[in-house]
Amino acid sequence: MSEKGISTLGREGLILRLKEAQSKFGYVPQEVMAELAQSLEIPINEVYGVASFYSFLSTRPLGRNVIRICRSLPCYLKGAQTVIEAVEKELGIKPGETTPDGRFSFQLANCIGLCDQAPAMLINQDAHVELTPEKITQILRMYK
Amino acid sequence: MNFTQIKNRAIAEWEAQRKSDKPHILVGSATCGRAAGAGPVLEAIKATLAQHNLEATITQVGCIGLCYAEPLVDIVKPGRPRISYGNVTPEIIPQLIEDYLIHDNPRADLALGTLGEGDIEGIPKLFELPMLKPQVRIALRNCGIIDPENINQYIANGGYSGLERALSLSPEAVIEEIKKSGLRGRGGAGFPTGLKWEFCRKSPGTIKYIICNADEGDPGAFMDRSLLEGDPHAVLEGMLIGAYAIGATEGYIYVRAEYPLAIQRLKLALQQMAEYGLLGDNILGSNLSLHLKIKEGAGAFVCGEETAMMASIEGKRGMPRSRPPFPAQSGLWGKPTNINNVETWANVSAIMQRGADWYSSYGSEKSKGTKTFALAGKINRTGLIEVPMGISLEKIVYDIGGGIPGGKRFKAVQTGGPSGGCLPASQLNLPVDYESLTAAGSIMGSGGMVVMDEDTCIVDVARYFLSFTQAESCGKCVPCRLGTKQMLDMLENICRGQGKPEDIDLLLELSQRVKAGSLCALGGTAPNPVLTTIRYFREEYEAHIKEKRCPALACTELISYYILPDKCQGCGICLRDCPAEAIAGGKRMVHVIDQDKCIKCGTCLDVCPERFGAVVKVSGEEIEVPKEPVPVAAAKPNTQA
Ligand SMILES: Cc1cc2nc3c(=O)[nH]c(=O)nc-3n(C[C@H](O)[C@H](O)[C@H](O)COP(=O)(O)O)c2cc1C
Ligand code: FES
Repeated sequence: MSEKGISTLGREGLILRLKEAQSKFGYVPQEVMAELAQSLEIPINEVYGVASFYSFLSTRPLGRNVIRICRSLPCYLKGAQTVIEAVEKELGIKPGETTPDGRFSFQLANCIGLCDQAPAMLINQDAHVELTPEKITQILRMYK
Repeated sequence: MNFTQIKNRAIAEWEAQRKSDKPHILVGSATCGRAAGAGPVLEAIKATLAQHNLEATITQVGCIGLCYAEPLVDIVKPGRPRISYGNVTPEIIPQLIEDYLIHDNPRADLALGTLGEGDIEGIPKLFELPMLKPQVRIALRNCGIIDPENINQYIANGGYSGLERALSLSPEAVIEEIKKSGLRGRGGAGFPTGLKWEFCRKSPGTIKYIICNADEGDPGAFMDRSLLEGDPHAVLEGMLIGAYAIGATEGYIYVRAEYPLAIQRLKLALQQMAEYGLLGDNILGSNLSLHLKIKEGAGAFVCGEETAMMASIEGKRGMPRSRPPFPAQSGLWGKPTNINNVETWANVSAIMQRGADWYSSYGSEKSKGTKTFALAGKINRTGLIEVPMGISLEKIVYDIGGGIPGGKRFKAVQTGGPSGGCLPASQLNLPVDYESLTAAGSIMGSGGMVVMDEDTCIVDVARYFLSFTQAESCGKCVPCRLGTKQMLDMLENICRGQGKPEDIDLLLELSQRVKAGSLCALGGTAPNPVLTTIRYFREEYEAHIKEKRCPALACTELISYYILPDKCQGCGICLRDCPAEAIAGGKRMVHVIDQDKCIKCGTCLDVCPERFGAVVKVSGEEIEVPKEPVPVAAAKPNTQA
């Protein structure tokens, strides 16, 4: 282990710590990035570079619930587009946006491995499958 | 307790369970089962048992692959074979339990099949059914059979005996055994596993790493998720064997963040291994020491590429780097590193448990063993399958997958995800092995298999894959970053009816350059979907470009909807439902669509009563209809008004 040296060990944990900040604050605040940069003795742009690279990390505040609808081919073939439109209509926001009341953020995601029951989406960590526009209203109601 | 004692106890426990005088109920609780509603089904089972004062053992198992029939519930009555029931709902549970457990009626009408010895009248054997008969389960040997959260059940079914055997051999002999088995990497490229291990073993250095690649990012692929959820120890045992053969002491399992259940099961599995002395220092009293950590991804497809994955494990942006040096020489933190896919590791444990000769008896000449595939798209039986290499695509699509739903025609099957290609009906007799798929322009890939029917536009599919790779390109090298963008722009234009005659040749030329000039295989394989679709469906590209026609009637900007005057009865349903207010009409008037206002949503076609069938969807043609609404009778002089 010592061959790795202390700093690499700490560096190794950067993504994990960013993810912790993400779940605590709903995004990675700038202050957290600054703190991490200082404690790891790396430039803040490097921390920002990592935070902005991964789609599960956000440098802007997200809503309390994050909707990730799969836009990959199998879901697309089974009508994901109509589900995306239903969410847009229901929430009045487009993919990439957050509702003004902070209840939902809406994103499109790559395959989430539920293609056998397409179209599928994740809300936070919950999987919802075989979606139809009709099901959307009912499902969204479960998230406050 | 030494391992022999652990094993004896595990076997005794398993036998006691089998011979128990209590019924045993198994609920499929992988992500697919849970998503389909296994939770409420489980609650209903518990409630019903309590209500009737019945005792039964309940076990949650992984996925047996019949995802289309989830939720699955299996019931074993003492001395009887196990019966699988598909599409179970909480509502049906009380009746099912009452009928079978109390009145001894096995409800053949609800059953899919039986597992294990013995017969039950009226119920076929599960593995004799068309979707299971051609399958051979090696990597998925325990999925859906054992409780993935109970290490004893894995051990009782031969688990960790592969490790024991490996430890009784020299590391070199283990490498020989893997070489002899013919195992090739299941992560996509198909590199011989034994050879890869040998490189890493021979690399100088005292610290070496092994990695399990569980980033599974290909659209349409969920084999690794099912395997980790259904039998995590099969993968972990493989890693121990690999560590011993290579001389690695540290390891990582890199799992994508989208797979929370897999992560949870892996964590539990690692804990259980540590308790049994199967992890840490001097494993089972040998000189093998291995420390394993789980690394969660954070949502980046490119991290599935080995050098990008290592950067990500080090806490950096997941950007690939050029090779050489190969990971076997200089990988994680500059140390020799060996990386294998989840399924590769699960095959390793099977090979060491049952021998290289047994393993290589399956498969074709150059592709040994089995391969798992995730069947998705326009196919009747979606799910997870494992087949011997060399089986034909046709057998997979029709026998196992049950063909295309809705009486539609098969159009193409996509293998290898964004790095692979679309194969047409003429290639259905192709044997599934590394060489044949590559020769046909696709690749084996990690195991996603997406079936498309006649309603799918092939140019749109190519456009879709390019938009995927374009978005996931990490941006480090120019051919991938900008080349895929140019290709995507051209494909978008073609789908919009703005393609130029020279576009096809330009796409072919650009494809070659992107392939040749990209840093990693993301760019290096990104053009494959375009190349195969041009190769097999060139006329479809030409129809879009020359005739502004989409033969599949899928590209919105190339289709039009018309209301046929001789069929329209003036009922007004389409007018009422049109979200764009593009339809004019009136009572008993032939309705007319304003083509400029129409947003091509297809609502009118969906809502027009079937007995009228007055709305048609066309591409590349105009249909003569009145400009303004006219009375129904005027358009149909022969019928009474
Ligand atoms: C863009 C890209 C994505 C990849 N994604 C995966 C993946 O999700 N899972 C995987 O096992 N291999 C993936 N690979 C292949 C790995 O780089 C590597 O070849 C593989 O993990 C080696 O394991 P194997 O020899 O057992 O197949 C990917 C490669 C590329 C270029
Ligand atoms: S394609 Fe949507 S979950 Fe896989």
